[in-house]
Amino acid sequence: MADAAFKQRAHDALADTNLKTAIDRTTGTAETKRAIAVEAFPEFQAARSRAAAIKDHVIANLDHYLIEFERNATASGAQVHWARDAAEAAAIVTKICTDADAKIVTRAKSMLGEEIGLPHALEEAGIERVETDLAEHIIQLAQERPSHIIWPAMHRTREDVATLFFKDHHPPPEADDPAAMVASARRVLRAKFMAADVGISGANFLVADTGATCTVTNEGNAELSTTPPRIHIVTAGIEKIVPSTDHAMALLRVLVRSATGGEITQYTTFHCGPKRPGDADGPEEMHIVLVDNGRTRMIGDEFRQMLRCIRCGACMNHCVVYRQIGGHAYGGTYPGPMGAVLTPVLDGLAQSRDLPHACTMNGRCEEVCPVRIPLKTLLKAWRVRTWDEGLVEKPLRYGLGLWGFAARRPWLYHLGARMALPVMRLFGRGWIRRLPLAGGWTDSRDLPAPAARSFMDQYRRQQKDARK
Amino acid sequence: MTTPPAVGLFVTCLVDAMRPQIGFATLKLLEQAGCRVDVPRAQTCCGQPAGNSGDRKAAAALAKQVIAAFEKFDYLVAPSGSCVGQIRSYPALMDNPGWRRRAEDLAAKSFEILSFLHDVMGWRPNGVRLDATATYHDSCSGLRELGVEAQPRALLESVEGLEMRPLNGANVCCGFGGTFCVKYPEISTAIVSEKSANIAATGADLLLAGDLGCLMNMAGRLHREGAATRCFHTAEVLAGMADGPAIGEDT
Repeated sequence: MADAAFKQRAHDALADTNLKTAIDRTTGTAETKRAIAVEAFPEFQAARSRAAAIKDHVIANLDHYLIEFERNATASGAQVHWARDAAEAAAIVTKICTDADAKIVTRAKSMLGEEIGLPHALEEAGIERVETDLAEHIIQLAQERPSHIIWPAMHRTREDVATLFFKDHHPPPEADDPAAMVASARRVLRAKFMAADVGISGANFLVADTGATCTVTNEGNAELSTTPPRIHIVTAGIEKIVPSTDHAMALLRVLVRSATGGEITQYTTFHCGPKRPGDADGPEEMHIVLVDNGRTRMIGDEFRQMLRCIRCGACMNHCVVYRQIGGHAYGGTYPGPMGAVLTPVLDGLAQSRDLPHACTMNGRCEEVCPVRIPLKTLLKAWRVRTWDEGLVEKPLRYGLGLWGFAARRPWLYHLGARMALPVMRLFGRGWIRRLPLAGGWTDSRDLPAPAARSFMDQYRRQQKDARK
Repeated sequence: MTTPPAVGLFVTCLVDAMRPQIGFATLKLLEQAGCRVDVPRAQTCCGQPAGNSGDRKAAAALAKQVIAAFEKFDYLVAPSGSCVGQIRSYPALMDNPGWRRRAEDLAAKSFEILSFLHDVMGWRPNGVRLDATATYHDSCSGLRELGVEAQPRALLESVEGLEMRPLNGANVCCGFGGTFCVKYPEISTAIVSEKSANIAATGADLLLAGDLGCLMNMAGRLHREGAATRCFHTAEVLAGMADGPAIGEDT
């Protein structure tokens, strides 16, 4: 089963000590800050349950709330578009841009935008794309994809960023300290904010009863991307719907604490329709592209609970695998545990068959998930599918089959143990340093030699002796 | 006087083959706690390797074997949080309502040894002595699926002469993960290397944990790195059986 490409990417990531340093700095800080925020919020567990219940309610009544949202958004003056899949969504956005003869497009960070391949589609259409989130700006310069859903450039150290900025910023930053580099990025981006024809954002929430979309940022770049340009385009997955602003607030309480450990982000903005007569500023047109891309299919299968996800990143911050290999090794739009569940939905299981298996099932991700997604159960469900669809590699399949055959026949199993244990002991009495077919273990770990006689064997003899 | 509870000891396949002493320690502890213990011969494995690999059919077949062998007891007890976690998940593997009910009944009376001693039997070590320093790793399934966290620590506190040292990241996975450790050995090794560094930093003589899979992984890595840390299952310490060879030492 193990896909050479995944293993190779993981291998390369593990060899990169710079990457490990970068991952540890960011996820370590996130973990600590989250723990402090949760400690200071005694109702956190109840808030998680409420958040999960809100999401479940919305998923069960998605048609109702989507229609309500469309009605209210349209009434506010926005235009609502529906996209069945990634290609359709990207085409709708690109067409709005080309129809408006847009030359420069600013974009506020949106993982949905990545999911539908928007950066690529805009480039294909010959439109200048400017990423305005600081981390997105960094990875745009580096020509990379996000490696984390909250900190897209978390794989890059401060030193890497300095190199990029000195090469690409004209004039270059005045110094390589963080303040000077931020000032330089601000200088470069300010000019683009004012020159852009179209601003594209995602949405953390779509509020059904007002028709508003909500963005949550710490840099204010979403506001600068969506207010000055003539046109504001929102791209959002249909699961982002909440019934009301109150519900959005209930989710914000757990989202921000889980993501960064903050109580609330610096900027929480509700965008409701284009500029109205008398407004000082705002876009002339507002478009909202609602994207399905596999989501309605998930409502009907065992991955339904994954639609609760509010994209906080806590699962990856607490994942032992993510913290070793980082986000790029996963090979999809979304990394970490939530990505391991979503990527097979988006890219197909054959493409991503390793992801549900490259997990130790330790359960820390679901312990911290703010909407109580049973990630382990969902990953196991993918494992069942890989087994059923023949995507588990042959040696493991046969090995498990043989073992299972014996394990279902206790007499055979115990006999087998009596014969096999002494053979294994030929390779060592205390520690075995090398064992044929067990290189996966012995290449990096010593293996304790098995007992000369199994427990069942010894116990049976004791019982016999006692009866004598 | 109430009748002593009848306990079926589920040895686990790893303990059976790799370190029978953990099974004998568990047996001894259960008897000390006042249980009547039987070891059904019709047991092999809980089915976790199949279940975690996605082979539902084999996992369900093994689940039925365990149910049939153990449902007659008051309790099923095993020296492993992950095997008991698997047994508690049997109902989800059963399609037939009759089997599902039997699976639920067994799940409700299946316990990991340390939490069983502490929570169900109210047992505390009496006169157990071990002059050593030790640190404790929380195995993930026991910790998160069964809530095994305070019990082993409380029991170890009653061992005379034993000085417990806190382990940084004690609740972080060691990278074992069953077949994960051989399917993705490089990732597993990177994870266990962080764990072994944390263990070494405690300076403790002993590493204790409640699951043999995790223990073999950590012990194997520590030994490959040349560390002197010796590894035991917590049940071995509590049963006063940690005076002989540790995991991997010549028997």
